[in-house]
Amino acid sequence: MQDNVQIECRNIWKVFGADPHEFMRRHNGAPTDEAMHNEGYIGAVRDVSFDVHQGEILIIMGLSGSGKSTVVRCITRLNDPTSGKINFEGNDLLAADEKELIEIRRHKMGMVFQNFGLLPHRDVMSNVAFPLEVQGVDRVAREAKAREMIDLVGLGGREAYFPRELSGGQQQRVGIARSLAVEPDVWFLDEPFSALDPLIRAEMQDEFIRLQKMLKKTIVFITHDFEEATKLADRIGIMKDGRLVQLSTPEEMVLNPADDYVAEFAKNAPRDRIVTVQAIMEPADSGKGGNGTGVSGRSLIGEVAEQVLNSDTPVNVTDSKDNLIGTISRERISRALFSKESI
Amino acid sequence: MTVADPSLDRVKPNSNWLSSNGFAVQFVGAIVAASILSFVFSGLRIWPTELVVPVKEWISDFFRWLDKEATLGLFTVKDATRTVSWMLKQPLIWSEYLLWKGAKPFQFLPVFWLLAAAFSAFFVYRVRGARTATYVAFGILALVAIDGLPHILLSLSKAVRADPWLEASAFIGFSEWPGYLLDALTPGSKIKALPWVAVVAGFAIFAHWVGGWRLATLVALCMSYLALTGLWRESMKTFSLVVVAVPFSAILGLFLGVWVTRSKRAARVLTPMFDLMQATPHLAYLVPVVVMFGAGQVPALIATVIFAMPPMARCTILALQTVPADVIESGHMSGCTSRQMLWKVQLPASQKTLLMGLNQVIMQTLAMVVIASLVGAQGLGHKLLFSLQQLKLGYATMQGIAIVLMAVVLDRITQAYANRSTDYEHRDRSTALQQHIHLIIFGVVLFVLIVAAYFSRDVSVLSKKLLLIDNKDALELDKSIKQITFFLIDYVQPIRDWVTVYVLIPIRNFYQAMPWAVVLTGYAMAGYKLGGWRLSALLSGLFFFIVVLPGNWQFATTTFYYVSSALGVCLIIGLPLGVWSARSPTAAKIILAICDTLQTFPSFIYLLPAIMLFKVGELAIIFAIVPYAMVPAIRYTYLGLKLVPEVTSEAARMSGATAWQRLFKVELPIAVPEIMLGVNQTIMMALAMTAITALIGGSDLGQEIYRALPTSDAGRGVMAGLGIATLGIIVDRLINAWADGRKRDLGLI
Repeated sequence: MQDNVQIECRNIWKVFGADPHEFMRRHNGAPTDEAMHNEGYIGAVRDVSFDVHQGEILIIMGLSGSGKSTVVRCITRLNDPTSGKINFEGNDLLAADEKELIEIRRHKMGMVFQNFGLLPHRDVMSNVAFPLEVQGVDRVAREAKAREMIDLVGLGGREAYFPRELSGGQQQRVGIARSLAVEPDVWFLDEPFSALDPLIRAEMQDEFIRLQKMLKKTIVFITHDFEEATKLADRIGIMKDGRLVQLSTPEEMVLNPADDYVAEFAKNAPRDRIVTVQAIMEPADSGKGGNGTGVSGRSLIGEVAEQVLNSDTPVNVTDSKDNLIGTISRERISRALFSKESI
Repeated sequence: MTVADPSLDRVKPNSNWLSSNGFAVQFVGAIVAASILSFVFSGLRIWPTELVVPVKEWISDFFRWLDKEATLGLFTVKDATRTVSWMLKQPLIWSEYLLWKGAKPFQFLPVFWLLAAAFSAFFVYRVRGARTATYVAFGILALVAIDGLPHILLSLSKAVRADPWLEASAFIGFSEWPGYLLDALTPGSKIKALPWVAVVAGFAIFAHWVGGWRLATLVALCMSYLALTGLWRESMKTFSLVVVAVPFSAILGLFLGVWVTRSKRAARVLTPMFDLMQATPHLAYLVPVVVMFGAGQVPALIATVIFAMPPMARCTILALQTVPADVIESGHMSGCTSRQMLWKVQLPASQKTLLMGLNQVIMQTLAMVVIASLVGAQGLGHKLLFSLQQLKLGYATMQGIAIVLMAVVLDRITQAYANRSTDYEHRDRSTALQQHIHLIIFGVVLFVLIVAAYFSRDVSVLSKKLLLIDNKDALELDKSIKQITFFLIDYVQPIRDWVTVYVLIPIRNFYQAMPWAVVLTGYAMAGYKLGGWRLSALLSGLFFFIVVLPGNWQFATTTFYYVSSALGVCLIIGLPLGVWSARSPTAAKIILAICDTLQTFPSFIYLLPAIMLFKVGELAIIFAIVPYAMVPAIRYTYLGLKLVPEVTSEAARMSGATAWQRLFKVELPIAVPEIMLGVNQTIMMALAMTAITALIGGSDLGQEIYRALPTSDAGRGVMAGLGIATLGIIVDRLINAWADGRKRDLGLI
């Protein structure tokens, strides 16, 4: 895992109500759920801590009302958290004043919105160039950069179209191009594909993977779709009622769900694309060579399923140096693939 | 988690003494009790004269004091009003020169340079962006100002006529060359105002740009009417006021609207003020303005600017509040400063609402400019007023039609512009020529016509013999109208007399006998039921302190009488029309189109047919109010029925309901809150119109304002105006509170 921490969030609370700051003080910064309910406060985000590492895709998953969007709005300071600490590239983000905040947003952050947030009165070109325009970049330079971004997302030739003339998928491509125009360090995506039809959504997810392969940004991605999360994430954080329930790799989430709530999601996850062979194999004494016949322990079970299922005997599992580390049997892999029970 | 759902509280049965079931009984009980008490104590019926608080005198004294003595430190209020007048007068001078007066060549010098600066800025903006454009524009103006300061100053102070000092001292720099050029181009001593053909062509070309050939034809025909009936000069006098007032109102409204959305304190002060201003009738603005600024064009302009501003502020607030959250957030994340947010994101993203606000400003401006003829505004309104007072109905009709056509032109053009500029279509236009074709054609046409105007007078203003309809025709029309009314009188008079004696007078007597205490009790009870103690106290307080205490209750009863009679007629006609248009798309098309047109007419116009049919009198007053106030009753009924969910109607149909059952048992009950909002609007408009009908008699609050005008009795006019506003605001609050609650119960919001 990367050590380079880009964003560090510690004990973030976002409380709505009459006087949230006073309320938090009265409860020493950690009110109980009862106190909150009794005094009529709503905790959109409760005591959430996590790090975002450089170059990773961190996905925050939760159902509507779980506080996932509020978390990302706290990190971008679209909403100010009631209490907590956020370090952005080593600087205290919550201490930034309006001017510094504008500078940070102009150069270090990019964001994509669920309903695109395009400016209806501007065409594709000037929407994408907008973040550069407000920085005062001159027309020629910003349009060149915008054109580059428009080509990147595959909208070349549509520069003069207005948002309402584009389909939802195309509009979100504009949103993506705009958010990338300033070459941000961190890229926030707030349910970017949720407003799209399923087919378009899958297409845009692939597009997203393609872009990330080229750009290697640090990404905070919000979604309510567990499958989307497992498809795209390096790590997933699951939120429920404002709390971060579990933060781990998709595989670990499937293998060791922290509670029933996570297990409920994990149950329906496409295990063939999440779980690796080494996680479910029968460990063997190491040392022996695999003789080139086995499967790699790091491959996904979906990739080796056919081979294992067609073999009458357990298949050898090897590590990257072709050492035998275990075996995997037909029964094990079929249980992992088809059973809804935990593995 | 079990967060209490606030909406559940509403549904819980009220356990206090005003619970739903008992309320009607208690309401009636309280009213009866108040009536009996009023019967015993006559002071509860009519506020005793000796107890009248002399608010009116205080206000008059206050205005007198403002006018004569008040100082603001370094200068007096009088100085301030004079400065404001002077500032408003400058653009008015130019619009008058341009549209009807004409001027000496040199007087056009500043206009030339302003235009030059504007045009260069525009082209630089296209190439290099806003900042450079601003530098260029201000650079040009600064150079000119330094260079031509003596001339500009003197031309502003109208000292250009052969001032020896000027001749001797004026620094002859580059800035004056265009003046000499203009001089050379115009061998006469005077530059004429824009030729009428050019103005009509300008309107038509603009109309074509925003709305295509159909609109262009309509606009050209309407504008030609003004010229062909010999009303061109008068129309342009009116128009020159509109042209100046609209930008002032729009910018002021925009600024205040933005301020309200940015500052909670401003919102607390200004929002109720806008409410009050919109509920106060036109006429009431004129009285204080006359006291402070005297009579004439500029005071008319000031009253107009103030009157037409609130709709713009309202629309700005609405516009800024309805920008989607996503768009705002994307602006933040793009790194907008708060100024960039406003100018680059919020305002442009809500262009449509803002342009609708501009449309309202223009329509209100026109209506007010017409009415401001009462304080000396020149133009069509002045002529119409004159004709009405002399009962020259032929002239009045011609002039009325001119005003209506002007309103139609302005309305259609601004609406088309609003739609055009917000439909955001990607257009393939290859060359600059194609992009600016309208501008270029206009430039050419303008140039040709200005030159042509020096060869033929008729291009400038049509001479009398070329008029399509001239004074003789107007006289003819006058005669035929008189004949028709004479002929009709046999039929109309019995109806009028019967209605007056058996319907109107009983209603009037009923209201005039109504004790104020009973009305107060009604307001207080209804306010409590719908909005709690605060609303109750607010409404009854307003009523008591603004209407009763200053001794305006008797006038108010007459206002009640006009409004409720008109309301009755509006509902009897309007509701069925609304239902009909909701049922039949064809009917909807026609009826709603008529509604649109009726709403564009300045209120003044509605007096015309009323006078023609019924002469002066009570029935004429009500007849004038009805068409003006009826539109919302129709429109909201239509809207309310359209809001009924399709599924609900289908469910009713599948339950075997007949068409009538469906209407009365399903659709109307769901539409009632919306219809009540229409009733609310109808009442507000009727109240506004009662003030106008003062011109044809009556003894209501409107008449009080009208009587205050010639005597410049500010207090009398202001209190009567506020009285009308108060009655309106009370109804507005009550109905809105009720409709909101009802809609929530029905799950419509």
